[in-house]
Amino acid sequence: MLSNEEVRAKVLDIIADIALDDDVSSIKDEVALRDQLDLDSMDFLDIVMELKKRHKIEVPQEDYTKLASMKSCVEYLAPKFNA
Amino acid sequence: MKVDTVIIGAGMSGLAAGIRLSMYNKKVLIVEKHTITGGLNSYYARGKRKFDVGLHALTNFVNPDDRGKPFNKLMKQLRIPLADFKLTPQNYSLIQFPDQKLKFTNDIDFLISEISEKFPSQIDGFMNLLNHIKNFNETDLSNETVMAKDVVRNFISDKSLVEMIFCPLLIYGSAWENDMDFSQFVIMFKSIFLEGFGRPEGGVRTIIDLLLKRLGEVGGEIRFKAEVTRLITKDGKISAVEINGGEIIECDNVLSSIGLPETMKVLDAEPSYTPRPGALSFTESILITDKKPRDLGVDATIVFYNNRPEYLYQKPQTLFDKESAVVCFPNNFKYDHFQDDYEEGVLRVTNIANYDLWNQELLVSKENYKAKKELVFEQSKSILRACGLKDGYTVAFKDIFTPTTIKRYTGHFGGTVYGSIDKTRNGTTPVAGLYICGTDQGFLGIVGSMLSGISMANLHVLQGSSS
Repeated sequence: MLSNEEVRAKVLDIIADIALDDDVSSIKDEVALRDQLDLDSMDFLDIVMELKKRHKIEVPQEDYTKLASMKSCVEYLAPKFNA
Repeated sequence: MKVDTVIIGAGMSGLAAGIRLSMYNKKVLIVEKHTITGGLNSYYARGKRKFDVGLHALTNFVNPDDRGKPFNKLMKQLRIPLADFKLTPQNYSLIQFPDQKLKFTNDIDFLISEISEKFPSQIDGFMNLLNHIKNFNETDLSNETVMAKDVVRNFISDKSLVEMIFCPLLIYGSAWENDMDFSQFVIMFKSIFLEGFGRPEGGVRTIIDLLLKRLGEVGGEIRFKAEVTRLITKDGKISAVEINGGEIIECDNVLSSIGLPETMKVLDAEPSYTPRPGALSFTESILITDKKPRDLGVDATIVFYNNRPEYLYQKPQTLFDKESAVVCFPNNFKYDHFQDDYEEGVLRVTNIANYDLWNQELLVSKENYKAKKELVFEQSKSILRACGLKDGYTVAFKDIFTPTTIKRYTGHFGGTVYGSIDKTRNGTTPVAGLYICGTDQGFLGIVGSMLSGISMANLHVLQGSSS
């Protein structure tokens, strides 16, 4: 059973690899990732692809909006990590 | 053999697509009919000298600390650090018409001041055009086709200024004669006038080497001397690719970068439509000289030379058009203290040319064809003089390529450089599972081709399988 903190750390690892030029240590959980980092729709696809590759987690296209902020990521992904 | 995706062609778009798919564990095979990679943008060596083909300059220049620019985004998608390109910006470029010259650098303010000085009545219109361009989403795959000159004339009334603005954009990226689609115009305008030209240290090799290294890291495979002889369909869907020698490679989908008409030609079914090859091809003279251009009075990086009031970007009725050219001086990028990585002067003169006429010359005899190439070379020296290059240099080596050379190396019908005049913006074809990337998807130039490979791989293979 992964805690929310651990889920957050795994998501952060992925984001750090994608947003190469950004400092991810100061991400605010409530604020949209797009507003804090240099991420566009192509990069969100990469977050989805990395979740599948590293953790075998599938995110259907209609759920992409659930990855908008760190908070919504953790809420949406925690049950999937622990499934 | 069975793979997820066969990519046809190991040019910039095919390599970029191959990296993307391999990154996400897709089994990819890139088939390349030649023995080297690069396609339209490649390189070769003669003796100790190295030559670039295609690339005069890389567009979409970015400084190491720039963020969110197209080139940054692409490299992020491929996970290639931007710093590895060691980009050097241009010094300046010149659009040279009979009565007027416009200089531009990688800073748009420079061009704005040139226009306000030389076309004072047009500066307000130009600023409005600039605004329109900045707010336009040119990579939206659902954009309607609109002729760019019609749009630009709404902002700029001076005919020669319109011609001067279009000149570099047409010759660096239009498959159509004399005009282009407005989305393509905006792509070219932003990449050339707003971001500008640069050169990676070592030229086009550096780009290809970085792509190949990355492809190797993620486990993508390339097969050389593998020409596709047949695209095999089953129930209207792609099922396999046959390569020379008869080997069949089964696959779920195919990304073809060899061009739309060229792809349709190898389809096993009767194609439901026949895309038209473009009309535009080029000759290029490469001169290696004992003196560098700066010692001969030229410090421009690229000169867009045109000796008519109008800029005729069209298939000439002669072997090549003597009245216009792009002249590139690779020694003249803004290297530290102008210490470039060439030992000699390198001068490249590119003219618009007629494939059919060159092919006829070749059919007459090889000697005849060679004699005609000499004419291109002689003419290039006059054009260099018209661009301000002083006499008093010695040509240590020269090489001239023609439209038939381009046909031989790219396989493009009619030796076109910018492909078919029928593009498939979203990459789809009448056959399910068969997609187009590269030149005939329609994002042109080196940065455009990589964008094309990445976005088609994302859209048709990765997104398709993730949902």
